[in-house]
Amino acid sequence: MAHNAPLVAPRSGLGDAIKAALGADLLVHVFAADEDSITVDREAVAGVMVALRDKLEYQQLMEIAGVDYPDRAERFEVVYHLLSVTKNHRLRVRVCTDEATPVPSIVPVWPVAGWLEREVFDMYGVLFAGNPDLRRILTDYGFQGHPQRKDFPLTGYTELRYSEEDKRVVYEPVRLAQDFRNFDFMSPWEGADYVLPGDEKAGGTGEAPGKGAPTSMTAAQVKASDDKAKASPPPTPKTTESTAQTGAGAKANKAAAKPSDDGAKAKAAAKPRAPRKPKGDKA
Amino acid sequence: MTDAPNVKHYGGDMFEGYPVDTADTAGDQAVTNYTINFGPQHPAAHGVLRLVLELDGEIIERVDPHVGLLHRGTEKLIEYKTYLQALPYFDRLDYCSPLGMEHSYVLAIEKLLDLEVPERGQYLRVLFAELTRICNHMLNIGSHVMDVGAMTPNLWVFELREDCLNFFERASGARMHSAYFRPGGVHQDVPEKLLYDIGEWVDKRLPKLFGDAMSLVIDNRIFKQRNVDIATVSKEDALAWGFSGPLIRGSGIAWDLRKSQPYDAYAKMEFDIPVGTRGDCYDRFMVRVEEVYQSARIIRQCINEMPTGPVASLDRKVVPPKRGEMKQSMESLIHHFKLYTEGFHVPAGEVYVATESPKGEFGVYLVSDGTNKPYRCKIRPTAFSHLQAMEMMSKGHMLADTTAIIGAIDVVFGECDR
Repeated sequence: MAHNAPLVAPRSGLGDAIKAALGADLLVHVFAADEDSITVDREAVAGVMVALRDKLEYQQLMEIAGVDYPDRAERFEVVYHLLSVTKNHRLRVRVCTDEATPVPSIVPVWPVAGWLEREVFDMYGVLFAGNPDLRRILTDYGFQGHPQRKDFPLTGYTELRYSEEDKRVVYEPVRLAQDFRNFDFMSPWEGADYVLPGDEKAGGTGEAPGKGAPTSMTAAQVKASDDKAKASPPPTPKTTESTAQTGAGAKANKAAAKPSDDGAKAKAAAKPRAPRKPKGDKA
Repeated sequence: MTDAPNVKHYGGDMFEGYPVDTADTAGDQAVTNYTINFGPQHPAAHGVLRLVLELDGEIIERVDPHVGLLHRGTEKLIEYKTYLQALPYFDRLDYCSPLGMEHSYVLAIEKLLDLEVPERGQYLRVLFAELTRICNHMLNIGSHVMDVGAMTPNLWVFELREDCLNFFERASGARMHSAYFRPGGVHQDVPEKLLYDIGEWVDKRLPKLFGDAMSLVIDNRIFKQRNVDIATVSKEDALAWGFSGPLIRGSGIAWDLRKSQPYDAYAKMEFDIPVGTRGDCYDRFMVRVEEVYQSARIIRQCINEMPTGPVASLDRKVVPPKRGEMKQSMESLIHHFKLYTEGFHVPAGEVYVATESPKGEFGVYLVSDGTNKPYRCKIRPTAFSHLQAMEMMSKGHMLADTTAIIGAIDVVFGECDR
């Protein structure tokens, strides 16, 4: 351990004490990066918190954080951070849930949980059963969606401005002058698992890439138009390799055919200058 | 004859035994509770706080703080930035004590990387974290006394705050949004003259000016009337409502993360933790006043004991090389380019790192998935928990006490709303 982060001594016998206090409600206990974290049964979380507060002396609830893992069946983690001021120790308690299943509220255990749960609800849409005041807290009045979810775009969906015509603030769908640039720094030889543009055919996935943009035409119509395109000869590619092909008309072509006198001027200008006298050479 | 709903008769006991004519007469009105908006634009709201107050006369019955008017989606933005690019967002959280915010974040990254900071870097961080504490308390103390009616001390302590900002500017180039603490140390070394000047300032100017200003306030009758016994919070309440910093110490619990969970060079520092006895607004104020003197002590020790050496880790996979090196060495040039485009990768894992910011426990819960961007960065603001207890603290007090209570919470909305 070389870092200088806040030093918390490990609590001896904590694992056994937690096991004894929580019993079957304790699912996993991990000690990593000098921090203890436990995963507990979602439905039992209120009882777990009472046990941790009263038996294991974690008097304070400092934080409730939500984390979103969209690939999991229960995609949300609700992470409680407890602090013991008598034992000088921190404990992380974790429960998992999805969009529909509510987590029992722990407001009766710690009143401070009220706003912290409201924030997780606002940001992730996790429901807390028993929270007396589960309103949105950080987002705008009338906001829709849950912005911290991984599938919520960084730019959001609406933007607002003051409308001079209406003399009020109006909401509009978000319009970006420039697309959001998300740089991908994963290099191909460090285990990137995507297909680089232009490599689609080399990949040999056996499947032809999707053809063109989504369309409302039926499959038969698409095939007919494809066949038609194949039957007719390809149009002559349009080029402008000679002055006659500019498409500007005969007058312009005639003017363009005249040899320019730029060459003569350039020659005159290219007369070499006399070498400059070095500075300070008075003599 | 029945009373209209919500009618309250004050001093009813006084007339006991006397025949009181309570019959309605012309012009009588039923006094009902009414609701007022305090803010979001109010000079004593310390930012964009909207309090929906339900009043019975001038007595507060219910408080519903509406926060989030300054929500900028910092946590979401951080998920789209590399670790280094996300650092300046922390300056903009609590813009009154920017370096205190950076401190938690860089320590969280270092904990995940298990990266050691050279001693001079640690001392510089502690020095500037304490200077930030003084800077923050100057603003809070000044505005608190102004909220309850005194003008002069605010002008005096703002002089000191200005000095602090000038010191930040000389160290980092920016008065407020310094971005001075970096993962692995600090951005650059400070000139010797700056350390000397800070030492002189701490020894001479600060105690004189601050002592003068406080002598006007701390024994002032009006100031005491406005603060003593206002919003008393017991030890149990302070624990249950997640208090930290000067608020939990004001309630009499000697809890300071710099002592109990020391980070950087705090373990080597000698300082005391002031605690309150009654847990009211006056105690919170006095805790901050004493903390200024303790911070000055720490700064003095830092300057006296500051070792020489590098100010940031020499691990070139995390800390970019200096420009001079880049001009000599190809390797440095590559490191510089990689660190400022791709950034460094942080091993997968999660940490919760909390430091004693001037306002209380400021925590960062950092979840890394092994890439160059944080998977999740939850910021634990101090004001969020404190403001939630607003209703508990101000119930039964007068409307005019709200300003004293908010002042003693020390709320800044950049941090509360994120």
